[in-house]
Amino acid sequence: MITIVQTLRLWFAPQRIGEEGETPDYRFSLANERTFLAWIRTSLALVGGGFAVDQFLPDLRWGVRVALALALLAAGVLCALRAVNHWVRCERAMRRGEDLPVSRFPTLLSLAVAVVAVVMVVVVVFGWAG
Amino acid sequence: MPPPVPARDPGLQPERTRLAWRRTTLSCTVAAVLAAKQALHQGSSPLALVAVTLSGLVWLGFLAVAHRRIQTLSGGARPRVLGVRAALAAAGCTVALACFAVATLF
Repeated sequence: MITIVQTLRLWFAPQRIGEEGETPDYRFSLANERTFLAWIRTSLALVGGGFAVDQFLPDLRWGVRVALALALLAAGVLCALRAVNHWVRCERAMRRGEDLPVSRFPTLLSLAVAVVAVVMVVVVVFGWAG
Repeated sequence: MPPPVPARDPGLQPERTRLAWRRTTLSCTVAAVLAAKQALHQGSSPLALVAVTLSGLVWLGFLAVAHRRIQTLSGGARPRVLGVRAALAAAGCTVALACFAVATLF
């Protein structure tokens, strides 16, 4: 709980990052920024996938379609929030000269995407066969 | 004697970051177009018009954030670090589009 509050304070009081440690090489900050943008693109793609499931698979049963769309959209939202969080934490670690934070989020996200993909394949194959 | 600051980064880091912003803007455009299509799909009720306007505003917001950042990155060989506010705005646009999708699902 305390860590959540601290993280939120870090998000909304950016000058606090600048007070800590030393400014890292600007190239590292730019690399961190590009990683952040790559995650935002992933997030946008997931959100776009959510829209696409709803629009381009109208033959699916309502429940399946909404569940798939919701799973993709939820993954998109989590991905965007986590992108900001990871970017702030990396920036802080670089200023402090610590190791970069590790995360199990990529694994969880790829597992979630794999599950959605398998469900889609099953639904499309058996839905259209039956 | 310290080495002189080069006029341009030999690794083209600012350029690469600028292009990353452009790619992200394109992704945002695709998502916003899908959002508008979704809204129009429901018919041209006042609610759908509001929805299209909102997704357009979200897209414009993202465009503004990206444009400002691209301007900063074009400024010189040592651009300033991305601000937390810009990062939050970019993520916020994504979350807004997702919330918008959830609202139109039902």
